[in-house]
Amino acid sequence: MPIRAANRAEAARLRAIFEAAGAQPVEAPILLPAETLLDLYGEDIRGRAYVTSDALRGEQMLRPDFTVPVVQMHMQHGAEPARYTYAGEVFRRQEDDPARANEYLQVGYEIFERSAPAAADAEVFALIGSVLDGLPVRAATGDIGLLTAAVAGLHTTDRRKAALMRHIWRPRRFRALIDRYSGRAPVPPTRAALLADLDPLAHAGPEIGLRSREEIGARLTALHEDAAAAPISAAELGLMDALLSVRETMTFALGHLRDIAVDMPAIAPAVARLEARAEALAARGVDVASLEFEASYGRTQMEYYDGFVFGFYAEGRPDLPPVATGGRYDALTRQLGAASGHPEREIPAVGGVVRPGLMLDLREGRAQGEAA
Amino acid sequence: MSIKLGVPSKGRLMEKTFQWFGERGITLARTGSDREYSGAVEGIDGVELVLLSAGEIPRDLAAGRIHLGVTGTDLIREKLGGWEHQVEELCPLGFGQADLVIAVPQFWVDVDTLDDLDAAAAAFRGAHGFRLRIATKYHRLVREFLREHGVADYQLVDSQGATEGTVKNETAEAIADITSTGDTLRANHLKILADGLVLKSQATLFRSRTAELSGDNRANLAALLAQLGLG
Repeated sequence: MPIRAANRAEAARLRAIFEAAGAQPVEAPILLPAETLLDLYGEDIRGRAYVTSDALRGEQMLRPDFTVPVVQMHMQHGAEPARYTYAGEVFRRQEDDPARANEYLQVGYEIFERSAPAAADAEVFALIGSVLDGLPVRAATGDIGLLTAAVAGLHTTDRRKAALMRHIWRPRRFRALIDRYSGRAPVPPTRAALLADLDPLAHAGPEIGLRSREEIGARLTALHEDAAAAPISAAELGLMDALLSVRETMTFALGHLRDIAVDMPAIAPAVARLEARAEALAARGVDVASLEFEASYGRTQMEYYDGFVFGFYAEGRPDLPPVATGGRYDALTRQLGAASGHPEREIPAVGGVVRPGLMLDLREGRAQGEAA
Repeated sequence: MSIKLGVPSKGRLMEKTFQWFGERGITLARTGSDREYSGAVEGIDGVELVLLSAGEIPRDLAAGRIHLGVTGTDLIREKLGGWEHQVEELCPLGFGQADLVIAVPQFWVDVDTLDDLDAAAAAFRGAHGFRLRIATKYHRLVREFLREHGVADYQLVDSQGATEGTVKNETAEAIADITSTGDTLRANHLKILADGLVLKSQATLFRSRTAELSGDNRANLAALLAQLGLG
């Protein structure tokens, strides 16, 4: 069978499995309004998605994934709870690696449900795992909720917590902020000079642009308040580092996290959720004693996952993208709900996608047939 | 058959390139009328001069339409994904130096670093309902730079010229542009962020990795590079 036809047949087979698991098949447009995606992901999405435009509808993006259109569809006329499946092409701009496919098939399974989040997490993970059974893949898991709970529980100002929350998905900036708030990084001399200046705006040059004198004044006030705030303590910093470096099997990770939670009670509810998830996974036949768990996993991906995160990777093939990925994205429905003027439509959601082309590459030893 | 050498078709960049080759015994010249883009080469055989816009030279190198080309490193990196696989950097020519930098109004006394820019962008979005606009023509380089440094809540707006004026005209809040002395930035009441250097660029001789070298051209190229002291 020609490669494209084989990939398509495999996608149809997978979607039928997801349908049999209780999902309703749905379609999504290929052209999406760019504004929604830009609003969610920021400028970075332009580096990952193809943008086109016309004079009538303005900028459109070739869908980089199904999550956003499926969430929007559900929020418009979905019943609750709901399970959806879909199969189709996604398009990813590739600017550096010619071996990476810029167009490939994805088959997904998404659950929108208010109750029993642990069971829904386990259902998605186990289902995705079952269709990959027999392939040389290993699973990685994480939980963004642990980190957000840890940040929320820090003994520091709300402004600092908000800045850290904003950069959970940008580990480098997150680290720089932590270093600054804890006093580990010295105050830059220009900042010190600015804070010592009683009226820095007096000799600032002409007022140009939309950012106003009041906005600059507000930030100066914030900087003064921040300079007066106590540093994040070395003890809290140590706990944060310990949390971020947890990387072991889920069973051992849980033990370790319970220890950390003794001194950092703010993460206790998140640890309890992880524990409930581990039990739900075990109930679905997942071997949690050998399942990898990494507290930092999933922080460099698209920033909508905010709880459970997972990926399946081809063994010994670090050159390949993950064969399957997924996670919980409660915040996404909140943001899209607010953006559409219907904040009440937010609903907890979890889902995952597999790449049928990559699955066939692995199963049949095909070389890069997915990209064909 | 001859080696095609692409050179910027006008201005100081062309003159300086001609001079650089001239110092190495190869005379390049524009022929015909002032408006006609054709050239002549003396001092070596088997080399053809192709006069092109500096902005088109990266693409022509990548497509293999020219064997060698002189253009800025900024343009190569902006226009070619995985540029190392498409062209080889043979020699920086020592002129056309310019820095791609991020600049904000001098009036922003609270913004001196990328860290400040990020914080200002977050507050700006809250206050204005849209993301802080940075005007540039170097979309790829600037986006990659800001992503690497974890700056969020900004958007790039395209500006193909007079970029320094966009802040005053309120079509952008900050800019990312090429500067050599910083004079234009200062004249427009802008300042460079302390850690806002995206790239240092200068005019550079590049070799296409894709251009075919058939017939005599392998020897022609070797002779040219030997004469330039790059063999």
